[in-house]
Amino acid sequence: MNAILKILPVALLLSVQVFASDSTRVKKRTVKEENGGITLPKGFKAVVVADNLGTVRHIVAQSNGDIYAKLDRVKNGKGILRLRDTNKDGVADEIIGWGDYSGTGITIKNGYLYASSNTDVYRYKLDEKGNVIDTGKAENIITALINRRTHNTKSIVLDNDGNIYVNIGAPSNACQLTDRTIGSPSSDPCPLLDSTGGIWQFKADQLKQSYHNGIKYATGIRNVVGLDWNQTTNQLYAMQHGRDMLNTLFPDMYNEDQSAELPAEEFLRISKGDNYGWPYCYYDQFQSKKILAPEYGGDGKKQGRCEGVNTPIYAFPGHWAPNALLFYTGNQFPEKYKNGAFIAFHGSWNRAPRPQTGYFVVFLPMKNGMPDGQYEIFADGFAGEKIDPKNARFRPCGLAQGPDGSLYISDDKKGRIWKVTYGNK
Amino acid sequence: MKKVFVAAVTGIGLVVLMAAQTKPTQTKPGQTKPVPNNAGNKQTGISKKSLADGKKVYDTYCLACHQADGGGVPRLNPPLQKTEYVLGDKKRLITIVLNGMTEEVEIDGELYENNMSAHNFLSDQQVADVLTYVRNSFTNKASAVTPAEVKAVRSKLK
Ligand code: HEC
Repeated sequence: MNAILKILPVALLLSVQVFASDSTRVKKRTVKEENGGITLPKGFKAVVVADNLGTVRHIVAQSNGDIYAKLDRVKNGKGILRLRDTNKDGVADEIIGWGDYSGTGITIKNGYLYASSNTDVYRYKLDEKGNVIDTGKAENIITALINRRTHNTKSIVLDNDGNIYVNIGAPSNACQLTDRTIGSPSSDPCPLLDSTGGIWQFKADQLKQSYHNGIKYATGIRNVVGLDWNQTTNQLYAMQHGRDMLNTLFPDMYNEDQSAELPAEEFLRISKGDNYGWPYCYYDQFQSKKILAPEYGGDGKKQGRCEGVNTPIYAFPGHWAPNALLFYTGNQFPEKYKNGAFIAFHGSWNRAPRPQTGYFVVFLPMKNGMPDGQYEIFADGFAGEKIDPKNARFRPCGLAQGPDGSLYISDDKKGRIWKVTYGNK
Repeated sequence: MKKVFVAAVTGIGLVVLMAAQTKPTQTKPGQTKPVPNNAGNKQTGISKKSLADGKKVYDTYCLACHQADGGGVPRLNPPLQKTEYVLGDKKRLITIVLNGMTEEVEIDGELYENNMSAHNFLSDQQVADVLTYVRNSFTNKASAVTPAEVKAVRSKLK
């Protein structure tokens, strides 16, 4: 610890120098660590675009190659960063910031940059060159969404018809009267579903919208951080964070091993009106069906009222925390990646006391909007030697596709962003 | 162009500076923290049985969130390593365990997003044991919590 304390001021001086004048110094520093400290499949490599940016959540790439990043914690009064690589070596040599609100969501569509706080969504007009015309002029398109700390981040994506989709996570694990507390009953029906626990649809170009003019597009979704619009099927897809604490709350029904794996993190292909069953149901990837939650009379096997609810198109092991979803539409990567899904997992905490895992980015091949095979780990090594939330070096959180088909990955622990390329790119 | 660079310099500089400032407060030995004055001399208050029983309670009810090493989960569940709450006022500490915690408060300079479960179903002895264990694990060193202290706090909460 003391060593780190001594090094930090030096690191501060270094980084100031780096960005002040000498961009070759940036390069020298980053190549020291192969692929910026992560591992990739054969033929791929990575460079560090920028480092120590803060809590970088979602990122998006602009058609001119600029990267925009949203910070979960405002730093120096700035919650949005723009990273520009003027000499095209992959490393950002110009970084500016603005927007004094914390948040997760950021995206670009039809000449606007959209960014979210934990209650609101704003947009900024871009000029033809892709610059934000006036960073001081945020149009507040959505406001006053629920933020009760738990699951408060608002992820955003647009369709091709002028609508924006916003995840509103339920501020609860399983709708118990006292959250996460042994013996506390769950409400039935769960009142949280009125204003949370789903994905809402709004108009992309109207000011000050809120619940009264938004549409509850899909419900029964506990919390989503990663979502994307699939251009093949013209449909919304999202990754649900499944519930926690089956063993802690119901030790007689679930042992520690079962609780570490259950329930699945669900990959959802969403149609308007879908209901995925939270808090009444969860998806068991071993039984391949929705199971009645123990709070609502379930015993780990019974389906009950969960028989008809919508199911995921793919199930990942529990607690990995999928924080970003991106359908790859670029031409740089080999053919098998085309239209497949990259998913950035933040890494588990609720597998304890079993070893933590999930600090990586996976690839799931897709065909016609459906999974076509099994997932594989694409980028790994983010956590470093000690794989747990406190000691992990990096935690993947955001994904973006560059105009040349490169894949960008962000980390919200220290704020590193990688650019992943294939072949000689 | 120059302006942009200046902004970048101050932006990055401050980001790093803030990281340098917030980091140590979470993990640095608590020289500046309110360590109870009886921490060192009242060793008799800490029995081996209490620590062993406290660990059992911790593993069953607390570990899932605060993790095996008390390190917590960044920005979600706070650490139990030399925090002002763990080492500070025992009444406040006992209240947290009995009632849980759902308010947004700064814990050694950081905010956490999860809700903490209430544990009023635990006996006075169990609460005393787990807090004695926490106050003497994960690099912490502080006086024991007694069942009588838990009882006194519990009676005022009702
Ligand atoms: C569901 C997860 C969860 C469980 C289980 C849990 N805690 Fe917590 N704990 C939290 C969260 C989250 C906070 C911070 C709440 C806030 O900011 O309002 C917290 C705060 C605390 C604090 C005060 C802040 C600090 O870090 O010093 C103490 C002490 C504490 N918990 C001890 C315990 C003990 C002892 C147990 C077991 C009896 C326990 N907790 C069980 C999540 C949990």
